[in-house]
Order: sequence, then C-alpha cells, then structure tokens
Amino acid sequence: MDYKFQKNYLDEKSIEWKAMRNGAGIGMAELGAEKENMVVLGADTTESSRAHYFAEKFPERFIQVGVAEQNLIGISAGLAYEGMVPYAVTYAPFLIGRAWEPIRTTIAYPNNHVIFVSSHAGLATGPDGPTHQMTEDVTLTRTLPNFTVICPADYEQARLAVKAAYDLKGPVYVRNARENTPVFTTEKTPFEVGKAQVLREGKDITAMGHGYMVYWLLQIAEELKKEVSIEVINLHTIKPLDEITILKSIKKTGRVFFAEDHNIVGGGGSAVCEFLSQNYPVPIKLHGVMDEFTESGSVKDLWKKYKLDKEGVKEILWKFLSNM
Amino acid sequence: MSIHSEKIKVLEKKANEIRIDLMKMLEEAGSGHSGGPLGMADIFTAFYFHILNHRPREPRWEKRDRLILSNGHIVPVRYVTMHHAGYDITKEELMTLRKIGSRLEGHPNIHRIPALETTSGPLGEGLSQACGMAMARRFRNQEHEYTIYCFMSDGEQQEGMTLEAVMFAGKQKFDNFIGLIDRNNIQIDGFTEDIMPLEPLREKYEAFGWHVMEMNAHNIAEIVSTVEEAKAVHQKPVLIIAHTIPGKGVDFMEDDYRWHGVPPGAGPEDEVKRKDQLKEALRELRTLGGKIEHGE
Repeated sequence: MDYKFQKNYLDEKSIEWKAMRNGAGIGMAELGAEKENMVVLGADTTESSRAHYFAEKFPERFIQVGVAEQNLIGISAGLAYEGMVPYAVTYAPFLIGRAWEPIRTTIAYPNNHVIFVSSHAGLATGPDGPTHQMTEDVTLTRTLPNFTVICPADYEQARLAVKAAYDLKGPVYVRNARENTPVFTTEKTPFEVGKAQVLREGKDITAMGHGYMVYWLLQIAEELKKEVSIEVINLHTIKPLDEITILKSIKKTGRVFFAEDHNIVGGGGSAVCEFLSQNYPVPIKLHGVMDEFTESGSVKDLWKKYKLDKEGVKEILWKFLSNM
Repeated sequence: MSIHSEKIKVLEKKANEIRIDLMKMLEEAGSGHSGGPLGMADIFTAFYFHILNHRPREPRWEKRDRLILSNGHIVPVRYVTMHHAGYDITKEELMTLRKIGSRLEGHPNIHRIPALETTSGPLGEGLSQACGMAMARRFRNQEHEYTIYCFMSDGEQQEGMTLEAVMFAGKQKFDNFIGLIDRNNIQIDGFTEDIMPLEPLREKYEAFGWHVMEMNAHNIAEIVSTVEEAKAVHQKPVLIIAHTIPGKGVDFMEDDYRWHGVPPGAGPEDEVKRKDQLKEALRELRTLGGKIEHGE
C-alpha cells in the first residue's frame, strides 16, 4: 500500500518535528466545526494539553472542571448518557491513572462513548519526571472491555485519530506525547482505526511499535537493509488488535521486535504476545520502559539513557537478531 | 404538585407493600442490603407515584425527569418501586434479584434496565454524572423542561469525587438540579460521625453555593412539599438532607448498622433468629409495627 509519506521522510532533518498533542488539539478544533454535539472538557491543563484550540473556537462547548479528574470522568459519562460526544483532555497520568475506577464503572462498563485524549504519554514528556511521564496508560485502558486504544505515530496521525474516534462506539483512548517528534505521515496518509499499517515490507523480522517509535523503526530498517530485511508495522491501534495483519507478517518473518515508549508490562508489545503466544508462537523481543520509574531530564537525554532513541532501539534490535 | 390527604394514605400503604416485597426479594436473593432500601422506601414511593414526571411504559421518554441513583447498593427498593409503578418488571422477576441471568443485578446495570439512567455502585460517582447530564441539558436549552435528581448516601459524602461535583454544581448554578442525601447516619463500619464525621453537612454544601433543605423522610406530605419548594429555587443547585431511619418499618433492623449490608435470614441474631427474620419482618410490616392486630 502506498502510504504517501512526507518527501524524504527518512531524513529526520528534512522533515518537520511537531507534537502529537498539537495534532490532537487541532484535530479536535477542526472536528468541532462539523459536530454540534461534540464537547471538550479540560482540567486546568487546557493550553498544555492543547484543548485550548477547541476552547477558543467553541467556548460554549468547552467545560472547565478544574483540577478534578474524577469529576472530569463523571461529567463525561453524564454527557455521553445524554447523547453528547465528550472529549476529556488532560495529561495521561491524570486522565487515565487518577480516575481509573470511575472510568471503569461510569464509562467502560456502560459502554459510554467518551473519547480520552491525552498529552504527556511516555518519556517524551521530559523534565517533569516520572510522575508526569505516563508509561502505564496503554495497560490501564486496554485491560478494560469495550475500550478502543489508539497510539498515533505522529502529529498528522494524532489529528486524524481524534477525528476518527468520533465515529466509533464506546470509550476510546487517543495517546499523545508532549514532545515534538518527526512528522513522517501527511494528512493524506490513509488511517483506519484497528487496521495495522505495514509501512515497509521485509522478510527476516517484523518490527512493530506505536507512537514515534515507528519512525525510528523505519529509519533502522533503511540503515540495516544490507544486513537484514525488516518489515515495519505501525500498530497504531492496540485494541482491537489487527490480528490478521500481524499474523500474515509473522508467518512470513517468524519473529517480532516490538518497541514502545511505555512500560513493557501490559503495553502494546504485551498485547501482541498475548495473541501470538496462543496462536502462532514465535521468538519476540519487547523493548520499552523496562518496568521501572525513570527520572527527569531532557527528552533527548532520557531517550539516550533508556535506549528509546533511534540508536538505542537499533542496538537492542541488533542484539536480538545476533542472538538468534 | 401538592397532595391530598387521601392520596397520602394510598402512598403510605404503597410504601408498606414495597417494603414487604423488598424483604421477600432480599431473603430470596440471600445477599444484599436491608437498611438503606427500607429507609428510602417512602421517598421512592413519593417520587415514583407523585413527584416524578415520567412514563413507565416509555422509560426513555426524552423529557422525563432524570433520577440518578448514586448509591447503587439500594437499587432493590428502586426495582420494587418501579414494578409497582408499572415499569416492565414483573413480581416474579423481583425474586430473581442477584441471580445469574437476571436483569436485576446486585448493583444497577443500565444495559439490562435502561430506565435506571446510569450504571452505578462504587460510591461517590453519581453527582458527577448528574452534573454531566445537567450540562447536556443546558447545551440543548432544556434546563426548564425536566428536573435532574441525584440520590446519594451519607457515607459517600466522604468520597473526594462527591466534593468535586459539589464544587462544580455550585459553579454552574444549575436550575432544576436536586441532590438528595439519605441521611441515615450509618455506613458499613458504624455510625458516620464515628467513622468520618460529615457534620456540619448543611453548612458544607451551603459554602459551595447550594441551597440546602432538610426533611423527615418518612412523612409523604413533607417529602412532596419539600421537593416542591426545592424546584422553585432559582439558579442554585438544591440539596435535600433526607433524615431517614435505616431499616425503617422493621423494628429489629432500625438504626442498626449491622443491617446495612445483609438481607433478612443473614442478619445479627441477638433479637431475632435468622430463620425467623423474614417472617418477623413481614409480620411487623403487615401489622404496621403491631399497631394493627392481624396482617393481610
């Protein structure tokens, strides 16, 4: 499939770097013009989580709840019960972590159509430190029945994802990083919730991931093309899992490398393991935050130390291949 | 909405029938809460038979009053009252409470009975959802077309989430938005004022911009007139502190927190043995606490 990437997308210096949270924020503001029953809720993080694009355009449909994430969830549920389409927007640790049980009871269980849009997912949050670097949100959302979990790969995909979420049913989580990351897709790049994207074909190993990791994987595949043929899959939807696309790829390559800016416990890689271990067991290497609390630091320094930049991911991938 | 003395008598009798069905269904279920449902029986009766603007045969009618039950564990009294009020719940179905496959789950499940408005159970979450519904109503310019009621327990006033919603409702100055606290002074572990004091409850809500009223929740006429007055309050959420007696109507259950979370047949035995608890409860209800000699 031709995904219509940005020109010279593999050269990270020639493409733009923009934040997913900005894409999500702009996407919500654009969608607001079309959907009259769409409401956005903020919890005192309106500008930094980019809900302000919507709030400025549609102040009458923006609800400020203050620093009160449990109430953010309850109000969203109440709105959804009455047929509105609420977008609850704040930092990932507070949005998903603080009020997990209210999410479970008032939204997931009754299958209310509430869209959770985060910023500050993963280490790409930076100097605020581990309290604000949410690395358990995929685990917490995908373990709840009825949830759809989307982790866009870049700014443009985040913009498309928040719009696509409107037409789904039940609770939807759209996970966004705070930091600027490479924008390799365009607004014309096809995006379908639940449909994994084979961005590059290969035959020796399937390298999967979500978020900005996908870009590193594309670069690594290019850099290592003489040594190994890497198939790259953008697993932007963790739930529901695109089992067909995954299986087709794994039957060809016979092994998986998975990278994510998230705890390896319970994340997207775990989701793939759960599926493959029961259906088509193959050797798998999971790479991400290795079940630990990290630290403050610039995003670049964190990426380097925790091996989540391109070089770090490449090193782990290469080690996995060498030990096979 | 005022009420004639004859209708009051009819409703008092109805509340008693509801308590009788409650005792039977709880005993049959083998688990569930006695104290709260018995204490709220008069209120549910007054609401479903006089106060609520609703259509039992069209439970999702757009302009119905919304009744959000935050403390979902007292839902048996709602099931029974809805049965008596003509909703699609049969007498036989009441006896399926908490059993596999039943629509009458231990805590309200909106998938099974849409007329319940929300799925609930975990405490402290109802008022937030009522606030969300009130915002939706405001977006649609329907603030004067129906009333939103949220029933809460007193114990769940200890939840931080309740406080977040109290603050929000005060900010929004909702019209036709009425919270009601079942002030029965007990929670699972004991008396509220020992476990985690709630007083001064009235002043707390007032400080957040609410209009607060109190009532004797076992007097149908007072329930009706209090709600009537509450609906006349303009641009302020209203809290009704409903002074209830937990276990009301069954002497050995009244005001005893040990009856909060158990059905007849499983309660404390110092007054009545377990095997006789249902029989004794029904005898008391049928004779109105011994005031009349023979039950039906």
